[in-house]
Amino acid sequence: MKFDTPATTNPIDQMKIVGKPTNRIEGPLKTTGTAPYAYERHDVAANQAYGYVVGSAIAKGRIASMNLDEARAAPGVIAIVTADNAGKLAKGNFNTAKLLGGPDIEHYHQAIALVVADSFEQARAAASLVRVEYTRGKGAYDLAAAIDTAIKPKASFGTEPDTAVGNFAAAFAAAPVQLDARYTTPDHSHAMMEPHATIAAWEGDKLTVWTSNQMIAWSVGDMAKTLGIPKENIRFDSPYIGGGFGGKLFNRADVLLAALGAKASKRPVKVALPRPLMINNTTHRPATIQRVRLGATADGKLTAIGHESWSGDLPGGGPETAVAQTRLLYAGENRMTAMRLAVLDLPEGNAMRAPGEAPGLMALEIAVDELAEKVGMDPVALRVLNDTQVDPEKPSRPFSQRQLNKCLETGAEKFGWSKRAKPGATRDGRWLVGMGVAAAFRNNLNGPSAARVRLAKSGVVTVETDMTDIGTGTYTIIAQTAAEMMGVPLDKVVVKLGDSSFPVSAGSGGQWGANSSTAGVYAACVKLREAVVQKLGLASDAVFADGKVKAGRRSVALGDAAADGELVAEDNMEYGDLAEKFQQSTFGAHFVEAGVDAMTGEIRVRRMLAVCAAGRILNPKAARSQVIGAMTMGAGAALMEELAVDKRFGFFVNHDLAGYEVPVHADIPHQDVIFLDEADPTTSPMKAKGVGELGICGVAAAVANAIYNATGVRVRNYPITLDKLLGKLPDMV
Amino acid sequence: MKSFTYERVDSAAAATAAFTRTPGARFIAGGTNLLDLMKLEIETPSHLIDVSRLALDKIEATAEGGLRIGAMVRNTDLASDARVRRDYGLLTRALVAGASGQLRNKATTAGNLLQRTRCPYFYDTNQPCNKRKPGSGCAAIGGFNRLHAVVGASDACIATHPSDMAVAMRALDAAIETVDAAGKARAIPIADFYRAPGKTPHLETVLAPGELITAVTLPKPVGGTHIYHKVRDRASYAFALISVGAIVQRDGTGRVALGGVGYKPWRVEAAEAALPRGAKPVADGLLAGARTTHENAYKLPLVERTLAGVLAQAKG
Ligand SMILES: Cc1cc2nc3c(=O)[nH]c(=O)nc-3n(C[C@H](O)[C@H](O)[C@H](O)COP(=O)(O)OP(=O)(O)OC[C@H]3O[C@@H](n4cnc5c(N)ncnc54)[C@H](O)[C@@H]3O)c2cc1C
Ligand code: SF4
Repeated sequence: MKFDTPATTNPIDQMKIVGKPTNRIEGPLKTTGTAPYAYERHDVAANQAYGYVVGSAIAKGRIASMNLDEARAAPGVIAIVTADNAGKLAKGNFNTAKLLGGPDIEHYHQAIALVVADSFEQARAAASLVRVEYTRGKGAYDLAAAIDTAIKPKASFGTEPDTAVGNFAAAFAAAPVQLDARYTTPDHSHAMMEPHATIAAWEGDKLTVWTSNQMIAWSVGDMAKTLGIPKENIRFDSPYIGGGFGGKLFNRADVLLAALGAKASKRPVKVALPRPLMINNTTHRPATIQRVRLGATADGKLTAIGHESWSGDLPGGGPETAVAQTRLLYAGENRMTAMRLAVLDLPEGNAMRAPGEAPGLMALEIAVDELAEKVGMDPVALRVLNDTQVDPEKPSRPFSQRQLNKCLETGAEKFGWSKRAKPGATRDGRWLVGMGVAAAFRNNLNGPSAARVRLAKSGVVTVETDMTDIGTGTYTIIAQTAAEMMGVPLDKVVVKLGDSSFPVSAGSGGQWGANSSTAGVYAACVKLREAVVQKLGLASDAVFADGKVKAGRRSVALGDAAADGELVAEDNMEYGDLAEKFQQSTFGAHFVEAGVDAMTGEIRVRRMLAVCAAGRILNPKAARSQVIGAMTMGAGAALMEELAVDKRFGFFVNHDLAGYEVPVHADIPHQDVIFLDEADPTTSPMKAKGVGELGICGVAAAVANAIYNATGVRVRNYPITLDKLLGKLPDMV
Repeated sequence: MKSFTYERVDSAAAATAAFTRTPGARFIAGGTNLLDLMKLEIETPSHLIDVSRLALDKIEATAEGGLRIGAMVRNTDLASDARVRRDYGLLTRALVAGASGQLRNKATTAGNLLQRTRCPYFYDTNQPCNKRKPGSGCAAIGGFNRLHAVVGASDACIATHPSDMAVAMRALDAAIETVDAAGKARAIPIADFYRAPGKTPHLETVLAPGELITAVTLPKPVGGTHIYHKVRDRASYAFALISVGAIVQRDGTGRVALGGVGYKPWRVEAAEAALPRGAKPVADGLLAGARTTHENAYKLPLVERTLAGVLAQAKG
């Protein structure tokens, strides 16, 4: 099905099942520990052996020599894979550094060997007996020191490095109110619960991997390229994923090394990355240095908006697109944005939840707060004043829907924003208390997505698509979609995901999964409905409801259409140019109350509220979970998350969950989420958009602004830890 | 993890005898620290002597009016003991500020005292670390050291001791009772228990090889208001950036020990005389001779301000 004109009324609009707060259909499996995650799939292949990855001990240089004798002789060892014996391997399109390094080393903990043994303990013990001598090379590890060498990168995923409209320099110079400030955001780790893990098995020249992966088709293609075998010979299966946040968009060392280990040992092999390898072996959100310049009239109208961002990556990598939202968020006639990219020999930078917007808004939305203060205006009012209903860089393109102002105004009312006092003025015992606000913005992306639906005699509808559920609730919204379309209750729908033998979906990433994958299921269900009415000889306007198909006086059980054999339909939703004609984005407003201990500078979030406008909300319960999870992650980015770079040795030092702190329950006392009632007919027949990334966008800045309001201390370098406040807090009593 | 052999013993004498029989052996109690270190091959004992079920799991009154806490009393049980809560509230507060419920259910009194540093370089066997590999250097000096020591450190090691419980024990003047391989018992005041890193940061306590901790004794209660303030970046489940354990009497006198600033729970009795005059002179005395790095200098004002907050709280 091609979606190239705005949606009109369709069966989803009934909203009998879609749009209702619905428990996860796979929830009981997860809460009882019976949802099989990759590393636990003991049943899929007999005689599994264990692989343990050896990571490079240096960040840059060469392996001078590698001695495997002791490791080979260790108890239980079956095989050792290294770049020397792995045969020719290509690099995947989505990988910057090689998944199996050597002799050249590109980053710390780059995999250089896999030891396969009968037990996990044997493999791990033998891995420590692999003797490696290195020749250290000189690397660049310090972003601040490298920005002078940064260059203008190529456009990536359609994002140009630079944009300019009007005359920014002149307008900024002439602006009566100016803000020019520099902000930094550190490297972040996805730190999802389930590590990267894979079981691989060969049957002749056919490879099966049971893994944990967000983007099945991309990863099948990349594995085929890396191994130099046809895509058809590879099957991926990834039904349950214990979080990804972008860390599992691409193949990592576990997939390749499990496949190579299985080949070398002639047995199925399982490999999981231990925590330290997750941090230095895989990808992370790159650190940024950002400069924001805002020029405004005395009454708060923006006349000049400038946003520059510097980030680093390995050679061949890309920039963190931290200026992306600034191109679209506020009105203003004169604008410039620019991204510059330095070479850094740290582990590979890549997408993490809301890449671009998450760190970009961390800077921009403090800057807007600072500007509001300079103008002497309420920061909610300043944002409302500078709203735009068109793409400010291309005013002929309207937003498909944009209710940012309503998010801000609703939130202000519900949160009690009018009680906000001036900085440093509110105390509650030993706590300095403040409120902060920030806008949330994240683009909506759609991707082609296919699904197959089967109708059985029993009336059960089975959906098959290679779409993934990374803990977001995809199983459930797909079931809701199929149930609504076919007029059956939720328990008559079976959803099968994550298998590359199923039709290719949009996958999970960039908050495109929910709308895109359900639109694909919609398309397949439209075809199945056609097949049903044809089979039953009913008029084409037949109504599907209550497990029946009704036309005129006739009412037939849906399953009857499959009485003499299953009915199967498959379709792919494809998109025309509506996303070019209309700017499709999601919006929100975050409100935060934070307390700062006047003596110690300890910072604790006290309340959070998000108001989101993100199209039709398919499952308010799952969407709320997504948003509160994202708000939690945003609080982490504000207050504690930072990969500490060792600038001498070139690696992230705090490479486990003891050192890389993410919020715990005690950090998040109270959260609320409000969704505005929306349906966007330009996005798909589902009229939905994404919401899983919107939730994190702007949160950290709202926390930062609340801390400023509490203390009068402005911190522009994240995370905002107490040491950055301490010297500036009011004097002790 | 290296392969190792394992035995469970049922008496202190059997434990020390097993050690004499098997050089390279280690005692294991709750295992919450030792096992993690073994998995990373930071500790590589060839033999484990499991002391976790020794009958050293009681808390008893001493003739002097204090308490004798068996070495195998679990942190959870110690924190919730009625006598401890009533008379040694600082100890309860410090314990529950540490780790998590599950860990405290396993962790023992002896194991807690002997837990090793959380310096991240100590945990990465690719990096130089004098504590892990004597003579290899100290990666934390000149590296990421926001969490490291400001007092008592040496050019060989700037690690801190991470225990919360030990801070309370230090303020309470605890003594550590041991028995060695020859069966000889002794009591070591906690003030003398930890060794300064000097040139040998791998030697952390005065215990002889094979010397088994059997109990920790607390002198009779000293009254006062007991406050433990642990300062950290997140609200729970994190080691202290610094912590202040204080016992403050009605007249403003009292005791203070610090966590997160040095290789041991840090107390300077001479500095406590200044308590009635407020936090600054006490902090100055406690931190005299401090040496900071570019990343951990904040700990000095943080100690003073936290102590000031604690003293204000004690006044009520
Ligand atoms: C995730 C995590 C978070 C934590 N957070 C905190 C925190 O916030 N604050 C805090 O204070 N602690 C914290 N801890 C540390 C925890 O308190 C210690 O791991 C625990 O107290 C160690 O006790 P154990 O009985 O498990 O020791 P084990 O691991 O069994 O032993 C530790 C050491 O003591 C030796 N040993 C044990 N018993 C004896 C004995 N009777 N005689 C002589 N030697 C002995 C062992 O040989 C070993 O060297 C944390 C630990 C973890 C894993
Ligand atoms: S501070 Fe001590 S524990 Fe840390 S690296 Fe240096 S020597 Fe090792």
